[in-house]
Amino acid sequence: MKSIIKYFADIFGGVRTLLVGMKITGKYFFSPGQIVTQQYPENRKKLVMFDRFKGELIMPHNENNEHKCTGCGICETNCPNGTIEVIPTRIETEDGKKKRILDTYVYRLGMCTFCALCVKTCPSEALAFGQDFEQAVFDRTQLTKILNKPGSTIMKGVE
Amino acid sequence: MTFKFLYDFSILTQAIDKAITGSMSPFWAMITEMTIIGVLILAFYAVVGLYLVYAERKVCAFMQNRVGPNRVGPWGFFQTIADLIKLLMKELIPIKAADKLLFNIAPFIVIIAGFMAIAAVPFAKGLHAVDFNIGVFYVMAVSSIGVIGILLAGWSSNNKYSLIGAMRSGAQIVSYELSVGMSLITIVILAGSMQLSTIVEGQHDLWFIFKGHVPAIIAFIVFLIAGTAETNRGPFDLAEAESELTAGFHVEYSGIKFAFFFLAEYMNMFIVASIAATVFLGGWMPFHIPGLEGFNHVMDYIPPFLWYFVKTAFVIFLMMWFKWTFPRLRIDQLLTLEWKYLLPINLFNILLMALMVLMGWYF
Repeated sequence: MKSIIKYFADIFGGVRTLLVGMKITGKYFFSPGQIVTQQYPENRKKLVMFDRFKGELIMPHNENNEHKCTGCGICETNCPNGTIEVIPTRIETEDGKKKRILDTYVYRLGMCTFCALCVKTCPSEALAFGQDFEQAVFDRTQLTKILNKPGSTIMKGVE
Repeated sequence: MTFKFLYDFSILTQAIDKAITGSMSPFWAMITEMTIIGVLILAFYAVVGLYLVYAERKVCAFMQNRVGPNRVGPWGFFQTIADLIKLLMKELIPIKAADKLLFNIAPFIVIIAGFMAIAAVPFAKGLHAVDFNIGVFYVMAVSSIGVIGILLAGWSSNNKYSLIGAMRSGAQIVSYELSVGMSLITIVILAGSMQLSTIVEGQHDLWFIFKGHVPAIIAFIVFLIAGTAETNRGPFDLAEAESELTAGFHVEYSGIKFAFFFLAEYMNMFIVASIAATVFLGGWMPFHIPGLEGFNHVMDYIPPFLWYFVKTAFVIFLMMWFKWTFPRLRIDQLLTLEWKYLLPINLFNILLMALMVLMGWYF
């Protein structure tokens, strides 16, 4: 008797769980507003990438054309692909000390795997990831970028 | 009224028949008529196959919160035509270790099975290629020829994946054919005929699913499950089982031969859906409720072929819904479902229906 009850309980239980699944997919089917696909080339103007998206490596500058990079070269040491090349230079400060500052920050996008080791290990938080992902060019030499803007200096208070 | 033929196609078909027989000898007239019907069914087959693929992709996309094909034509409407042209131009890769003859005829057997079944389907009043007095039996017999094609494809490819896929498909169809047949027999008992046109005429007051209430609904559900299994679709696609057998029986096929299998799969779905619509949901018969004359009259204004296609589309949608909701069954679960659940329920259901018909307990 118990097995007969179990047999019918199995059938109705099975049908019930199947209906639960069908209810969910049916709900999705009849609510096209939930579609998450981005219609990319058409919505290019209003396309907003999410915060953590890694499009390219950038060095944020403030309005006075100042960055935070001290030219220490930790990012260059940490980069597994040799993507980054920090070229420092030495200047003499007012009180007569010699100081190492950044001259050119070379970033080769073509070799970058976006592992973010440079951004994470930067002691002065000078690096970040930008959202621009449309990086296609016709010549790979154009993928080598200089991140510090011309004439930029180091921000006051960053050592 | 000029559009009268929409409601009764026999006016149109008889006019064409008269024109053809009047202009040539009876032998050539028969040949011409057969050719015309063959070409029409072939064209119908291709168009329905292509657009079912499109419908499947769209339905699947919406159920997964995606957009689906949307680049070729408006809403991707010509996507499957582009796909077909691509498949036509692709190379047919010859398999060195394959059994050449069987390998080449397998897709045709699958296609022919679907082709023969569709000839017996009543599309509308008077739009019915062959009306056998054993129509239900014929459709079942013919549609199960397809499995021979699948078995041949799996065997002749000389590939372990395709052989396993074909064997699974064989086991599956041998089991589920029983349930399909028995659920149809349940309705045949109620209708008192196996002729598809008589079955449709018998539903002029109320569709069989309502007329036969409880046993008819059970039979409809069983038919849907077994029909889905018979077409090797949905949760029962063990013969293909992409994740374990790469593509099952058609691994070694390429180009248009692969497209044949693909089209045949969708065509079988269409056939199962149209048999379900004809036998359970009244075929081309409009929705009538006995006693409501005005309502019945309004329903009669909708042309019969529209009724037929809407019902078939509804059943097809149900089958797609199953496919994109349920996970695939394991082979032992598949056989358990058939032999331990569907078959006993079905046998009991036939008895119930026979009792109901005997006692006159239907509407």
